[in-house]
Order: sequence, then C-alpha cells, then structure tokens
Amino acid sequence: MTATVPKPLALRAAAAPYPALLAALAGVLTVSAVVATGIGPVGVPAGEVAGILAHHLTGGGDTAATADLIVWRIRFPRVLLGVVAGAGLALAGAVVQGVVRNPVADPYLLGLSHGASVGAVLVLTTGVAVLGALTLPAAAFCGAATAMALVLAMARQGGRLLPVRLILVGVAFGHLFAGITSFVLARTDSSAAQQQIIFWLLGGLSGTNWATLPVPAAVVAGATVLLLARARRLNALVLGEEAGAALGLNASRLRWQLLVLTTLLTGTVVAVSGGIGFVGLIVPHLARMLVGADHRRMLPVAVLLGGVFLLWADVAARMLISPAELPIGVLTAFLGVPFFLLVMRARGLAGQESA
Amino acid sequence: MRLDIEAVSVTLGGRGVLDEVSLSVPSGGFTALVGPNGSGKSTLLRAVYRARRPDAGVVRIDGRDLWAMPAARAARDVGVLMQEQHTGFEFTVAESVALGRTAHLGMFDRFTRADQDAVAEALDRTGLSAFAGRRVGELSGGERQRVLLARALAGRPRLLVLDEPTNHLDIRHQLDILELVRDLGVTVLAALHGLDLAAAYADAVAVLRAGRLVAHGPPARVLTPAVIGEVYGVDASVHDDAGRIRFGLRPRCVCPDRRCHWSCRQRRDRSVADAR
Repeated sequence: MTATVPKPLALRAAAAPYPALLAALAGVLTVSAVVATGIGPVGVPAGEVAGILAHHLTGGGDTAATADLIVWRIRFPRVLLGVVAGAGLALAGAVVQGVVRNPVADPYLLGLSHGASVGAVLVLTTGVAVLGALTLPAAAFCGAATAMALVLAMARQGGRLLPVRLILVGVAFGHLFAGITSFVLARTDSSAAQQQIIFWLLGGLSGTNWATLPVPAAVVAGATVLLLARARRLNALVLGEEAGAALGLNASRLRWQLLVLTTLLTGTVVAVSGGIGFVGLIVPHLARMLVGADHRRMLPVAVLLGGVFLLWADVAARMLISPAELPIGVLTAFLGVPFFLLVMRARGLAGQESA
Repeated sequence: MRLDIEAVSVTLGGRGVLDEVSLSVPSGGFTALVGPNGSGKSTLLRAVYRARRPDAGVVRIDGRDLWAMPAARAARDVGVLMQEQHTGFEFTVAESVALGRTAHLGMFDRFTRADQDAVAEALDRTGLSAFAGRRVGELSGGERQRVLLARALAGRPRLLVLDEPTNHLDIRHQLDILELVRDLGVTVLAALHGLDLAAAYADAVAVLRAGRLVAHGPPARVLTPAVIGEVYGVDASVHDDAGRIRFGLRPRCVCPDRRCHWSCRQRRDRSVADAR
C-alpha cells in the first residue's frame, strides 16, 4: 500500500530545502551582526570589525584603539542584545498565536509587555534596588508574571482556559497597564520622565553593555529549547480543545506551560529593551510564509528572523536622526508594516482567511 | 477492540445531558448512534474520545477504564473524526494528517519511518496522496472531511469514533466515507443523521432521545415506524427495498398539544390565517 506513495513524503508546501534555509538565515544573521556593528556615527569597516571581534572571541584582551573600544565595549553588546530581544519577542509571539489560536495575537495582546513595563517603572520611580543589577529585569518579569496571573485568573472558567476570553481579558488588562505606566511616569517630577515613558512604551537598546546581556540571552536560549520540545504538541493545540483531546493532548496543562514560558521570555526581554512592539506579531507570519505553519519548522525560523529584523531596526534607530536616537518601536513599525504588507500582497494570506 | 459504555451520565450547566446510558460495541462492530438534535449523541462520543469526563459511569476499551489511563495511551487506540474546527493557521494536508501521530510520539521523538508509513497509508486510503503538499484551506468540503478522516486513520486506531462524518458532504462522498470506514474492519461508533445511511452501513443502531438510550439493536429491529415516530416526532413508514431499508418520513402534527412542534404551530397559525 505504501509503495504507491512517492518518498520522501512532502510534508510541507514550500520548495526550499529546510536545512539550507536555516543555514542561510544563520549566515545572514552573522554577517548582519558584523556589518551592523561597524555602522554608527563613527564608521568602522566590516573587515576591521571582524578582526576586532575575532581578537576578543579568541581570548584577546582590550587594546587602546578607539575602534576596539567602540566595537567591543559599545556596539557589539548592543547588536547582540538586539538579536536576543528580537529572537525572544518573535518566539513569544509565535507561541502566543498558537496558544490562543489567533493570528493577530502577540505578547502585547495578553497584556504581558505592558505588565512588564509597570513592574520596571515602579522600580525606577521608587528607587528600590534590592537585587542590584538584577532588580530591573526581576521587576519587569514580576510585572509580566502578575499580568499573566491576573489575565489567567480572569479568563479561567471552570478550570478551562478559553482562547477568546484570554484575548479579551488580555487586551483589557493591557490598556490598564499602559495607563498605569504612563500615570506613574507622568506623576514623577523627574526631567527624565518623558524619556522613560518613551522607553517603556516604545523600547530602545541604547546604554547596553556586556552586563545587560547574560540574563536575557540565557532565558531566550533556554526558552527556545523548551518550546521547540513542545512544538509538535503546539501543532495539535492549534486544532482546538476537542481535537487536541482526541489526539491525546492535555490541552490545559500544555497551555499553562507555554504561557509561563512566554511570560518568562517577554518579561526578561522587555526588562532590557523596553516595550518593543510589532516584532512578536509580524515575524511569526513571515516565518509561516517561508516554511508553513508546522511549529517544529516555523519556530527556529521565527527566532532567526526576529534576530535579524530587530538588529537592523536598531541600526536604523541609531542612524536616521544621528546623533540623536529614535525609539526602536517607531522603527519596527516603520520598517515592519510596509514590509509585511508588501510580502502579504505578494504571497497572499488568502489561504489563512479561508481556513 | 471492544467498547463498553456503562451507565454514563453527563451534566452540563446543571442540566442532565446523558442519563445512565449503557451501550456496547463488540470488536469490529459498527454501531450507529441516531437521535434528534440535542439528544446527547455528541456528548456521548465526547466521553469516548476523552473530551468530556462523565460525571458518573465508566467507559471501557477492551475492559480497561478509558478515563483511568493516560490521555496519550487512550488516544493511541481511539481515532476520532469530529466536525471541522476553524484555525487561522494553514497546515498542509500532510502536516495535518501527520498530527494524527501525536499520541504515538514523545516530546523528543523524531518522526520515524513507521510514522511516515502510517501517514502515507492514511493518505492513500483516503485518496489524498496527490494532495499531500496542498494547504487544507484550498480544498473542497469533501476533501477536507477526508483529511480529517485520514488524520484519524494515521494513528492506526482500533476504535473509530465519528461525529456526523457525512455532514456537508454530497451523496457520493457520504457513501464513499462510510464504505471506507466499514471496510477498515475496526470497531466503529458513529453519530449519523441519515437513517438510510445508518441502516445501510451499521450492524447495530442505538437510538438516543433526551439523553436516554431508548432502543438498541440491529437496524431492521430498531428502526421501526413506532420508534422513529416517537423519537423524531414524524410519521414514518419503513419499506424493504430488495434487502435495503427505505424510509418515508413526514412531520407529524398533533396540535393542539403541549408538545406541539414549532413548525406545526406555525403551519396551524398559517392555515387559520388563510381560512380568514
């Protein structure tokens, strides 16, 4: 019977071989990181950047050269954080979309990003620093976790988590948290308050140094592994509660696990990069257009694409009105929206609507 | 695989939906579940594919309590074709059918040759091999229904639970799906709307009404004018057409009556108005 079926079985619609695509994206990401590190008010040629990075990555110490200082101390950590934040937000968005079975979902939609902002802003305005450098990320995570807990508590009905209620409750809380953030910041008499409001609502990567990087990098890497391990079951979850149960899925438990991981991701990323919108919404769709809806194939692509996307958005943010900087959220919107609309028209999302 | 439903009761929102329903399907048997809308057919099936735990009673497969075993263990034996659910994401036919292997795979298991073979066989049986790379959203209603059946078959189930498998299908596709299912030789419990189809394909018919099992047995013995008339509120005649059972059905109106059907009330009101 199986002899009549050609092998290997075509498990997807896209024609490009998947490993080649992943390798290409990883290549683009690496080259982008080197090139982007060279771009700034003081330009450093890509070759020199590569040399400096190679010197440090092979254990070489600091040198007195200005280029070395700019590349290794200032720009490279920032570029890496852009990659980590973009990857984390794209991953979180992809998973949230699957969990609530809704293609317009992202961490904002569940109130997570704004919850993280509230946590961070409360720490900033009260000046509490019990955990030292970890205080701010911890507070942002607590904010996201509180938001998630509130949303889950309100959305639960008879022990079950219903996607539509989750979205409605999340949107409502999201507005509340954004309001709290703006209120707290507007009330403080600090001259930096305006700047802070912009950062927590639109994001930014300026001021990044090496100390900023380890926590978000570890969280994004860990969450990627844990989420990939659940990608197959996420596919079944997308089919809905009933179909999931029929396939042997404990839908509620899986949803809880996925939402906790998403909260961790969002809280950690927002803590270091502010509230960067749009990445979590758009990048997953680009990934689906490239490799289809199967999360085992789509999540790694979303991670790489998210990294590349935010990296270049940050380059634009620091270059367009140099020496001043634009909030990166402005750039993700300016770059992301037209790009997404173009791709959507070219590729056609019609299939997604007729499903 | 033998299925035993023992005194299963389900309450939804304080209302009894199933009341101590007991029903057995012998290994390899094909039992059709019939009854009016809201009689509890889907709820009974949901108790069998573990979407709704019964408030009382036991469901057994080959003697073992279905609800006492791990969800994935149960799903390996029970294949389900339910009414299609919308999703905003587009899987291809092959991806969608491959999801039928979910219960067979652990968190870190790779999709093996055996899994591939099961998917390929399911696609082949449902005539979908040529559609493997197509997106499900591009297919017709009949083709989508075959995708759902193929997904159920990909798990190589020993018990197949079907909820209105012929919904939205034209006559030819209705027959094709039921032929296919019958010829699989696995145990089947299927909720069906069409009495003709139930009589033609099932070896036993179970009739539900308001959450109770009111008749159960071979089609010719159960689907009588009296039972059909009582359960559906219709005037029924049953004809033997060279071994096939045919039904003549007309709405029954015994108004005025407390249980006068809404359509009869309308008809009565209309005829009164016409008489004026």
